[in-house]
Amino acid sequence: MSEPTNPPAETPAATATPPKPAAPPKPAPPAKAAPKSTARRGVLLALFGSWFAVAWLAMTAAVGGMVLGTVRFLFPNVLSEPPSKFKVGLPDQFEDGKVVERFKDQNTWIVKYNGIIYALSTTCTHLGCTPNWLESAQKFKCPCHGSGFKITGVNFEGPAPRPLERWGLSVGEDGQLVVDKSKKFQKELGQWDSSESYVKV
Amino acid sequence: MLLFGQGQIGPEPFARPNEIGEDPVFHHQHLDASTQTGVGVFYLLIVLMNLGFAAYWFYNRRDRKQANIWIVVALVFLIHAAAYLFHAGWILPAFIRNAVDDFIGPVTYFMLSLVLFILFIYYRKGCTEPPVAWGILNISLLASGWAITDSNFRSIITKEDNVPIVLLIFSVGFFTWLGMRKAVVNDERMARGEPPLEKLEDEKVLVWPDLVYTELICMVIATFILVIWGVVLKAPLEQPATSAKAPNPSKAPWYFLGLQEMLVYYDPWMAGVVLPTMILVGLIAIPYIDFNQKGNGYYSFNERKVAIVTFNFGFIVLWVTLIVLGTFLRGPNWNFFGPFEYWDPHKVLPLNNVNLSDMFWLGLMGRVFEEGKDWFLRELPGIILVVLYMAALPPLLAKTVLKPFYVRMGFVRFFVLVTLIQFMAALPIKMVLRWTMNLKYIVYIPEYFFNI
Ligand code: FES
Repeated sequence: MSEPTNPPAETPAATATPPKPAAPPKPAPPAKAAPKSTARRGVLLALFGSWFAVAWLAMTAAVGGMVLGTVRFLFPNVLSEPPSKFKVGLPDQFEDGKVVERFKDQNTWIVKYNGIIYALSTTCTHLGCTPNWLESAQKFKCPCHGSGFKITGVNFEGPAPRPLERWGLSVGEDGQLVVDKSKKFQKELGQWDSSESYVKV
Repeated sequence: MLLFGQGQIGPEPFARPNEIGEDPVFHHQHLDASTQTGVGVFYLLIVLMNLGFAAYWFYNRRDRKQANIWIVVALVFLIHAAAYLFHAGWILPAFIRNAVDDFIGPVTYFMLSLVLFILFIYYRKGCTEPPVAWGILNISLLASGWAITDSNFRSIITKEDNVPIVLLIFSVGFFTWLGMRKAVVNDERMARGEPPLEKLEDEKVLVWPDLVYTELICMVIATFILVIWGVVLKAPLEQPATSAKAPNPSKAPWYFLGLQEMLVYYDPWMAGVVLPTMILVGLIAIPYIDFNQKGNGYYSFNERKVAIVTFNFGFIVLWVTLIVLGTFLRGPNWNFFGPFEYWDPHKVLPLNNVNLSDMFWLGLMGRVFEEGKDWFLRELPGIILVVLYMAALPPLLAKTVLKPFYVRMGFVRFFVLVTLIQFMAALPIKMVLRWTMNLKYIVYIPEYFFNI
């Protein structure tokens, strides 16, 4: 029922619009210029002049700055990863029962214990802090929630659910030990039996 | 006064720098002049507080006895203030400090806070009487003043990022007192058949503008204080982050220390994801679970006993006191230290935590499991326990102890409530098991990162 009424309603509208462009009273600009510019100034004033606008602008700027600052947090100041394979020295340089901490920057402890050398990852298996080797207590102790690991890397106290991981370790062509961080070996999966996870001396 | 960042790295790895003048071995202590002046001013303020309180009793309440008591108390503090302002150098005697250090441990601390909580709830009427509460406040202020003369305690409490903890302790205390006091007064009135105080002045105000303006003003004041605070007290910055060195101890921001304490007992998956989610869900679900119409718009304890006790147990005992524990009593290697104990990074606490599966199979049956094999059989005892706890306990409770609740709340509501409370109780249960049996995990499946 509405269909028949629509076309007639549209045509008057269509016919009503053409007169508009045809009717610009151009000779009148001088008379109208004054009110126009005051109106524009009024808008400008409302936008930038009032305290209200200043407050909003300041807040927008502050919030924008905060957002940018937050985004900046996604890119922390850390150095990029060192190569995942590196040499740590000749096997006979290591002393039995000693933990070598020199490679902690590369996330690695080299330990010789009971006639084998292995490379332990320095990442706590609880939540990923870096434990410290306590010589006097003969254990790796995590500062975050107190997990303790024996010199073998096996967890024995605190909340850490599994032993520290071993990196791949092998003897290179020049006789030096090579740590390979692209491979890791987890004791709870029975991977410490793999001959790639330690070197016998 | 010298202030240090947490776990600053000295020449010796992870040594905690001591305040000047202290020898960690002989516990030789020394109070410098500015600290003494500070403590003196602190006591002077307490003198003024007590004089004000005495004046209140004398002029407003016409109670000479109370007024005299608080004047005497003010005198005691005045003596302290004079002693410190004139640099007498009083230090809390070593035998008291040692006794406190020896007494306090995770177990005693937790039990003590639990007992105090129960006593407070039980004797709420006496505890919230203004003179009694004021006396408790005075005692805690006196104790803080004494404690601060110990350099080990001082180096913790004067750290910039520990200011909020002090605020937290006193403001939680104040608001708990305030709420409970009003509840006690109303309960007494209602027992006499009178309406609660809030019902007497039934004058209503409008949200706009009354409430919204108040909120706006509060917001402005809070922002102002925070900005000043941020400018005046610098956040202790540490050396640039490297993965090779974690500060020792590594502490979470103060409001997360309760969570960090939870992580000591649980797997990150539980303590970091499941339990916090449960806390949030539980808080959101309060209006759904608690449909008690009483106590609406007025304070009352007797009409909402369960709700108040449950919430405050979770908030005060399991959250606030764990924050305090994490701040004052956890030191290097996340070991437990007394409040006056030197934070020795080499302190050795022999501990050996064992999984339930090892206790059962190794200890009882003498069976050893090969690594990475048969985890289901190995963990079956723990799994059964957990399933019993989560699935069998609620119906049992519904049939027995909590039957009235079950009847009143209906099936779904009751089980939501019990499940939430079970998750809340999981923390103290695990803590007690760790302390008494050295239990590490009840269910331990490292093969699938699943540990409870
Ligand atoms: S991260 Fe090492 S104990 Fe939690």
